Amino acid sequence: MEQKDLNLLDAVLGFQSYGNKANPWPLCGRFVLVEDCVDTSAAFVLHHILKRCFSSHSSSAVLFLAFSHPFSHYDRILRKLGCNLAAQRDNGRFYFLDMLMFQCPDEGKPNHDGLASVFEKIEKVVKALRQDKKFFSIMIDDISFLEVAANGSSNDVLDLLHYCHMLTSEYGCAFIVLGHKDIYLNGERPALILEMEYLADILVKAEPLATGLAKDVHGQLMVLDKDMQREQGISAIKIHNFHFKIKENGVECFYPGTKV
Amino acid sequence: MRSSGKMAESISRSLRDGALEGELAPILTIKDSLASPFASHVFSHILLQLSSNVMAQKSQSRGIVIVALSRSPSSYAALLKMKGVDAASSNKLFHILDCYTDPLGWKDKIGKSGNVMDHSRQISLATSAYKTVKDMDKLFLAITELGRGLVGENKARFCVAIDSLSELLRHTSLQSVASLLSNLRSHDQISSIFGLLHSDLHEERAAAVLEYMSTMVASVDPFHHSADGQRGYFENSLSEQNFTKGKFNVRFKRRNGRVRLTCEEFKIEHEGISFASVSSVDGTAIAGLLPKVQFNLQLSEKEQIERAKVVLPFEHQGNGRPIQIYDGRRSLEENNSEASPIPSGKTEKSAMGEIIYFRDSDDEMPDSDEDPDDDLDI
Repeated sequence: MEQKDLNLLDAVLGFQSYGNKANPWPLCGRFVLVEDCVDTSAAFVLHHILKRCFSSHSSSAVLFLAFSHPFSHYDRILRKLGCNLAAQRDNGRFYFLDMLMFQCPDEGKPNHDGLASVFEKIEKVVKALRQDKKFFSIMIDDISFLEVAANGSSNDVLDLLHYCHMLTSEYGCAFIVLGHKDIYLNGERPALILEMEYLADILVKAEPLATGLAKDVHGQLMVLDKDMQREQGISAIKIHNFHFKIKENGVECFYPGTKV
Repeated sequence: MRSSGKMAESISRSLRDGALEGELAPILTIKDSLASPFASHVFSHILLQLSSNVMAQKSQSRGIVIVALSRSPSSYAALLKMKGVDAASSNKLFHILDCYTDPLGWKDKIGKSGNVMDHSRQISLATSAYKTVKDMDKLFLAITELGRGLVGENKARFCVAIDSLSELLRHTSLQSVASLLSNLRSHDQISSIFGLLHSDLHEERAAAVLEYMSTMVASVDPFHHSADGQRGYFENSLSEQNFTKGKFNVRFKRRNGRVRLTCEEFKIEHEGISFASVSSVDGTAIAGLLPKVQFNLQLSEKEQIERAKVVLPFEHQGNGRPIQIYDGRRSLEENNSEASPIPSGKTEKSAMGEIIYFRDSDDEMPDSDEDPDDDLDI
């Protein structure tokens, strides 16, 4: 496996020794919540994980639920990162569900069942995938648009998230979600984002640089790893803080003050 | 090994002893917040303690019904296996009501025909699926039915563990969760109930309602309260950090209404969670109570030793010397052996001259800082 361009983010997410027999896919059975805000987008974390998915095992696959951008957008970005999504799609390793126009039926309607139809789509793909792909990931590119599609019902969103969480423990797949923190801050009780933070095994949080704008640093990342009692026992919460700089063909991560 | 503190032990003890004749079954609520999300560790700890008591037949209950809402049944199987509970006995002691895999019946709706793959992973624990989590009356019936299945129809009792009261509150209303708990605790075959609550997900009244019904409330708090009272670990800027510790506050309600509050420390270790009493000697207990101030209110060890050496004026009583209590009027001429700087000044005093001060009256306070010229009228 290519090990040369691993950065701090990879190390923190456990990608430093993946791809071998012992550690085929480090995010197995884990729920990764990526949180960002208006000032600092964390979409690059999704792109990064996506790229890692395809550069690992040949029996890994991704199911991508796109609520905010079309396929061509991701294809263009991933091409810059050295990964051909269209080819992966043709290989059967990348399943792209275009949910841009998706809208739940209103509550009063007879066929109202929350987001059960979305889960049905996911499970159909998952069942097809698990025949020959051992390690797969489910990605949702924007939780807030999912909430819009669910007519603003955060409870429906949480139901769907619960079912996806269930898939991670049942099939050992990874589940990666991007959400926006700041749009929930004004509510009297920002339940959705808090519930997601409880659910998450790994929380990746992107923020603008605390000390103000800088040319060479685009923001700071906090990665919180709750390694709860998966089979190997209980361990503590680990926190990593570092800075990042987004480049055309990747992202550079470094500890504060260590950039040359 | 797991050493448990006194409080964690007494919680386990009172869950073990269960309901007294003519009283409701005790309820334990374990609550935490995002700043210290370790309640599930406490939950597992209590579950394991109770199960070892049940296994040794030391407890009132003969079995445990686990209502799994936020963790998969297989994770419970793994937990029990890791702690050396063998499958044969665990099948007789535990029954999991699985509200995790399909709480709303979505899977059922989709795969009516071929759901063969779902149970491919064998779980060593007895598990029953439950698919209508929004219906609390049905849930009550399901729990009691499973319990009866475990312990039989007679007077034997069982214990109920609910791994997320928060999840229940999300699916239904506060009233229906309260009535579920109230029905459970008055059921004559239930010996004790414990559940987990993420307190910051709900309104304060939700936590209050549940705490009213609980005999014990164990709350898992971060060690240091940050300025705004939340987000314990989010605010640090260290590049790498591990969080393993916190405070374990327990509120114990006695039948006569007495409430006991205690505070312990917990630490997450590889083998599990361990509790230790906060030793008040080293001052950490006091440190936790004091608000954060900019100057140092604590004494270092050396300072404490030195402070202990200082003999206070009234402490001379009883060692043969005349009892002298300084009342602020005359200086204690004889008291010259102990304290260092003042007596050394005193020995030279006779040569240097002295200040003699007569107080005007006894009404005046010894060290009054009143302006003596206050009533001067110029």
